[in-house]
Amino acid sequence: MSGIDRATALALYRVMRTIRAFEERATQLFGENKIWGTIHSYAGEEAIAAGVCAHLRDEDWITSTHRGHGHCIAKGADLGKMFAELLGRETGYCRGRGGSMHIADTSKGNLGANGIVGGGIPIATGAALTAKQLGTDQVAVSVFGDGAVKQGTFHESLNLAAIWKLPAVYVCENNQYAESLPVKRAFAVDDIAKRAEGYGMPGMHVDGRDVRAVHAAAGEAVTRARAGKGPTFIVADSYRHEGHYYGDPRKYQTKDEIEGWRKQFDPIADARAWIIAAKLASAADLDAIDREIAAEIDRSVAWADQGPLASPIKLPEDVYASD
Amino acid sequence: MQATEARAPAATREMFYNEALGDALRLEMERDERVIVIGEDIAEHGGAFQVTAGLLDKFGPTRIRQTPISEIGIVGAAVGAALTGLRPVVELMYVDFAGLAMDQIVNQAAQNRFMFGGQARVPMVLRTQGGSGRGNAAQHSKSLEAWFAHIAGLKLVMPSTPADAKGLLTAAVRDNNPVIFLEHKLLYRTKGQVPEGEHLVPLGKADVKREGTDLTIVTWSREVLFSLDAAAKLAEDGIAAEVVDVRTLVPLDRETILGSVRKTHRLLVVHEAIKRGGYGAEIAAMVAEEAFDDLDAPPRRLAGLETPIPYAQHLETTVVPQVDDIVRVAKELVA
Repeated sequence: MSGIDRATALALYRVMRTIRAFEERATQLFGENKIWGTIHSYAGEEAIAAGVCAHLRDEDWITSTHRGHGHCIAKGADLGKMFAELLGRETGYCRGRGGSMHIADTSKGNLGANGIVGGGIPIATGAALTAKQLGTDQVAVSVFGDGAVKQGTFHESLNLAAIWKLPAVYVCENNQYAESLPVKRAFAVDDIAKRAEGYGMPGMHVDGRDVRAVHAAAGEAVTRARAGKGPTFIVADSYRHEGHYYGDPRKYQTKDEIEGWRKQFDPIADARAWIIAAKLASAADLDAIDREIAAEIDRSVAWADQGPLASPIKLPEDVYASD
Repeated sequence: MQATEARAPAATREMFYNEALGDALRLEMERDERVIVIGEDIAEHGGAFQVTAGLLDKFGPTRIRQTPISEIGIVGAAVGAALTGLRPVVELMYVDFAGLAMDQIVNQAAQNRFMFGGQARVPMVLRTQGGSGRGNAAQHSKSLEAWFAHIAGLKLVMPSTPADAKGLLTAAVRDNNPVIFLEHKLLYRTKGQVPEGEHLVPLGKADVKREGTDLTIVTWSREVLFSLDAAAKLAEDGIAAEVVDVRTLVPLDRETILGSVRKTHRLLVVHEAIKRGGYGAEIAAMVAEEAFDDLDAPPRRLAGLETPIPYAQHLETTVVPQVDDIVRVAKELVA
C-alpha cells in the first residue's frame, strides 16, 4: 500500500534509529554534565524528520527548530560534528558558538536550528524565493512545532509563499505541547491543517507516528513544490517522549499519560512492525542496523571528545564576513 | 581607486537624495542579477519616498518585489534569500516599524553567521528611514540607530548627503553582511552634486564636512546639515568648528574622530535621537577613554529630549536639536 521498497524502508528506519540513538546518548552526556546549556530531545518524533527529508537533495534547504537534532541528522549531518558542537569543541559544526539550538550544516542545505519559535519559517520562505528567482528546482522546507503556528511569522510567511507560488513546504510537528501548553488550550480549531485553506494552499494532516504516511504526504508536497505549483502545509501529529527540555519536571502532564503515550506513540516500534510484517526485512536485519548505529554513535562521541575546545581567540572573526 | 581625469573628477550631476539612492539601486541591479528589492509600495507607487521610482519598469516585478504589509515576513524572507544566494535590499517604510521585524534583524540576520561558526553569510541591506520634522508624530518619527548599534553582527550607515547616500548604498549592497541603512525623511528632497556612474564610499570612513580648529562637532544624518549651518554662524563670531560626519556608525571610524579631537581639544556630539542611551554616549566615552589628555573641556552631547516625538510643529522642533541649539552649546564649550 505504501509502495515503499526495501531500500527506502531500511533507509527510513536507519535515519529514525540514528536520531533516537543520538538523543539517548546526548541525554546521557547531559546527565554527566558534559553538555552545557540545554538540549531538547526529538525522541518520539523521528518519523517526521525521516519521512520529510527522504525527499530532499543536499541542495534543498530546511529550517529547523530548537528541537532540531532530528532534522539535522535526517538532512545528512555528520554525527561526530554534531556531538563535537554539543561538547563545545572547535571541531563542532558551529565551532562551539551555537550549541544544540543553532546547529547548522549549510553544506547539506540545513539553514539551522533556531532558538526562536517560528523564527525559521520566513527564512525558509526566503530560501524558496531564491530558488524561484534563480530558476532552479530547489525546494525549501520549514519544520516547526505546533507552538510556532500561533506566531506572526507563520501567518506572514505562508501568505507570501502562496501569493508568490514559492517552492516551499511547511511542516508542523504537532507534538501536543508548546512547552507546557497543550494544543487543546492553544487552538480553537480541531484540525490545524485547515489553516492552509485560508492561505490558498493545500493542507494535509497525517499521523506523524507513521513514517509511511509522512513519507507519502511529504513526497506529494515536495513534488508539487519542485514542479512550480506552490507551497503546501502539512500537519503531522506526534508525541514528545521527553519533556520540553532536559530536566523538565513535566508538571503539566500525568505519569499515566507519559508512560501510556510513549508506548502508543513510538514511530520506531511501528516502523519495525511494518517492515517485518511487509517482509521488507527481518527482525535480525533491523537488529543488525541497530548495532551498526550504536557503534557509529560510540565512534562519533569518541571523535568529538578528542577535538580541541573551541578557541576564544577566533571569536570576533565570525561576527562579520570580511570578504 | 578610479583614475581621475585631467581636469575634473568623475562627472557629477545635481540630484535629490532619494534620486541618488535610486541611482545606486539601479546600477547595482544592472551589475548583479542577484540584487533584488523587496518591500511595501515599492513597485508602481515607487516607494513611500520615491526611492524606487522607475525601477519596476526597468527590472520587472520579480526583482522589484512588492509585498503585502508583513514586516517580519519581508525581513525574514530577505534573510533566507541572503543565506541562499540572493543579495536582497529591503525597504522598510519607517524605522518605527522595525519592532515588528526585530527578531529577524537581531536574532537571525545579525547572528546567523556567528552562531553557525562562520558557515553562513547574510548579504542583505535593510533600507529604512527615520527622524522627525514632518508632523508624523511618535510612531513615524523616531531615530532608532542606538537599537541597531548595540547588536553585534549588524553594520549601520546613516548618510547625510546625496553623494554619500549613493556611494554608501553601493558599498552596502556589495557588503557580505547585514547592513542597516538609515535614511532621514527630511533629507530625501535635499539636493547635491552626485558622481555619475559607479560611486563607492567605503563603509567605516567618516568624512570631515568642514574643517576647523576650535571644536569638533561629531554628528550624522540630518544633524550634519544643522551642524554645518551652525558652524557657518559660529564662524561669524570667530569660532572655527570642525564638522565630522561619521556616515557609518558601525564600523565606526575612530581615527578620524580622535584625530580631529586631538587637533581641536573639544568635542560636541550632536544627534537627533534621545540622549539617554544614544550613540553619542558611545562616541563621548570612546574619546574620553582614548584622548582624555587631549581634551581641554569635558565632552558634550546635544541630543533629543527624552520624550516621544510630539505632533505639533513647534513642539516637534523643541525636542530635537536645532541650529541655534548647536551654536549655543558650541559657544559654551569653547568659552
